[in-house]
Amino acid sequence: MEAVVTNPVPERRKPVVPSAVLGTLIFVIAEVMFFAGLISAHTISRAGSLPGLWPMPGQPTLPAEATALNTVLLLLSGAVLFFGYRLWKKQSPVAHWVTLAAWGLGAAFVALQGVEWVALLSQGLTLRSSPLGSFFYLIVGGHAVHALAALVAMFWAWMQMARGQLTSGFFFGVQTFWYFVVLMWPVIYARVYF
Amino acid sequence: MSTATAEHGHEGQGHDAHGHHEPQNFFLKYFWSTDHKIIGMQYLFTGLAMAVVGGFAVYAFRMQLAFPGMSVPGWGRVTATDYNALVTTHGSVMIFWVAMPVLIAALGNYLIPLMIGCDDMVFPRLNRLSYQLFLLSIVVLFMSFYAQGGGFGGAWTSYPPLAAKAEYNLTPAGAPLWLLAVALEFAAFLLGGINFVTTVMNSRAPGMKMFDIPMVIWMIIIASIMFMASVGPLVAGAVMLFFDQTLGTGFFDPNQGGDPVLWQHLFWFFGHPEVYVVLLPAMGIVAEVVTTFARKKLFAYKTVLYTAVGTGVLGFFVWAHHQFIAGIDPRMANIFSVTTLLISIPVAEMCFVYIATLYGGSIRLTTPMLWALAFIGEFLIGGVTGIFLGASGADIYFHDTYFVIAHFHYTFFPIAFIAVFAAMTYWFPKMFGRYMNEAWGKVHFWGTIIPFNFIFIPLFLLGARGDHRRIYDYTHFPDLMKPGMQDLRILATLALVTLLAFQLVFVVNFFLSMFRGKKAEANPWKANTLEWVAPSPPPHGNFPEGLPNVYRGPYEFSHPDRQEDYWPQNVAS
Repeated sequence: MEAVVTNPVPERRKPVVPSAVLGTLIFVIAEVMFFAGLISAHTISRAGSLPGLWPMPGQPTLPAEATALNTVLLLLSGAVLFFGYRLWKKQSPVAHWVTLAAWGLGAAFVALQGVEWVALLSQGLTLRSSPLGSFFYLIVGGHAVHALAALVAMFWAWMQMARGQLTSGFFFGVQTFWYFVVLMWPVIYARVYF
Repeated sequence: MSTATAEHGHEGQGHDAHGHHEPQNFFLKYFWSTDHKIIGMQYLFTGLAMAVVGGFAVYAFRMQLAFPGMSVPGWGRVTATDYNALVTTHGSVMIFWVAMPVLIAALGNYLIPLMIGCDDMVFPRLNRLSYQLFLLSIVVLFMSFYAQGGGFGGAWTSYPPLAAKAEYNLTPAGAPLWLLAVALEFAAFLLGGINFVTTVMNSRAPGMKMFDIPMVIWMIIIASIMFMASVGPLVAGAVMLFFDQTLGTGFFDPNQGGDPVLWQHLFWFFGHPEVYVVLLPAMGIVAEVVTTFARKKLFAYKTVLYTAVGTGVLGFFVWAHHQFIAGIDPRMANIFSVTTLLISIPVAEMCFVYIATLYGGSIRLTTPMLWALAFIGEFLIGGVTGIFLGASGADIYFHDTYFVIAHFHYTFFPIAFIAVFAAMTYWFPKMFGRYMNEAWGKVHFWGTIIPFNFIFIPLFLLGARGDHRRIYDYTHFPDLMKPGMQDLRILATLALVTLLAFQLVFVVNFFLSMFRGKKAEANPWKANTLEWVAPSPPPHGNFPEGLPNVYRGPYEFSHPDRQEDYWPQNVAS
């Protein structure tokens, strides 16, 4: 005899985390591990360098103080973007201007980093001049590539927002990636510049 | 659950955008499709084609080892440079372009939406891009073979300074192209992995709770997460190595203040979890096959799941056992010995669970079941010999001998071939709607398993006698040409040729069955999981009678209250 147990029809599933956010989060985890690899390689090389060779004599030290300004700009950009998101959720008409301000702060960060690179290159710190130079351009350059990609995505999100066509999934994804770029930077700044 | 979720929830079902009408054009259907089944097949056939490349490479260099200096049929005389390139090609192709695409990408793509009861992946276009990047990586790999100086010959581990300096490896273009190919391949699997995890989290059939997910899906998910968490440092290292090769930086060059052992850490931080990345899906396949053909519930579902998670976590803390003699701190070697021996516990636990599942079952020795049983037996040999290598004291003696080679082939061959054959023979009726020929399947099984042991048992014996690997011609080394040693090499090579020849049986059986085999119904093995609800082969959209609901776990076989000995997940009562 078959026991007849009729189970109730299950409810349709509601995702706990939207797919766009989850996908971006997983990607961000892989990216964090990428930078963790770079930064630990830098730490190991630096710890293993001969005394007095980091930085190489005759080569410039990294402008830690000047970069503090860039760091503040970038952190501010993250905060402003979050503010912009809150406004957008409340359907405020100024939301897209706030988002554009976040974009501008982020772009200013990248531009100032570029100015810093030009100065360091002219002072003789190149990719091949010393391990410090190699790691500096690799790690900061890697971050810059991510920042540029995120800026492109953010600009796209801003255009969609201004037209009122922005989907929440895409904006969530862009925000997640930008917060990753913003929050990765202080770690790089602390490990590489000091 | 929360209001925010409901607001953004539509993304989860967002794949309606690509519709349910099949593209009719041949190119659009088979090369530009976003259908997870087509992409799974693309990965499967590409992976199997690459297995031919990897198999040919091993044939050529094993012939050189057995019969030094002979003109190998199909290749010609194997020079020392050829030998290095062939060994490297065999290793990297079999791991990156066979095991990974077949076990993770092909099975993951094909099975995940079917087994969790949805119509496609969450990000179908990302999925298509994943395969295209993978194909591009193969193109780049083949370019490296024909580049000036020939293919890269620095082994799949690509250690600097050999890999970093063209004046040592003599492949100025082959080495960076090889590295680029590997990086592209990783990008492809990263996209695939994102898809897998997101799909399983957000698109499961209604009613499928965490512990109702079939084990093979869990294993692919854990493996994907491991892959994505471990690949970052390797990509970081690969970028550094690429800069060393092409831009003249000195990240791994002691003359320029670099550290060659650093690469080994970055590589093995990925390389060892990678072993578990391919092992876990293989274990999952075995769980599905063993339960179905023992007609018994999986002995301890949660134990398998938790041990898999434990393996995944512990797998990140064993990498330096590859470097015991690379000059690492002996205190570090002690720690890594302990973690390495520890990780044998969860893996052994999984094997015990499968054996306990067999106990008292009504075992049916079909071809997939034979493969699954062989997996357990052969993998155990690989696992047990790993204990010798994990103990740093023994490893100092065994390092870089054929014992290591035999050990990891006893793990990798069961993973990448035995489990894959179990999967292909088990899911063949679903994929193509026809049965594979059982008799020829069994011929292929015995023709693979017996020669396999005859290849690697001689290598264990050779390794225990101190036979060093990475030697191109043993006749120059009197210590390694003691009586009997060359005979063992010849035995291993002849067994290899036999094994390769028997794969023809599989290929012929596979393609003949695809077109001429006996028609299979939707659920030929009387299994419980959701893929057997869909017709064989499943159409675009998978479930023409509507997406299924799930009422119970995946392994309810021989339930005492039921007349039939199986109880599909989607049946309400």
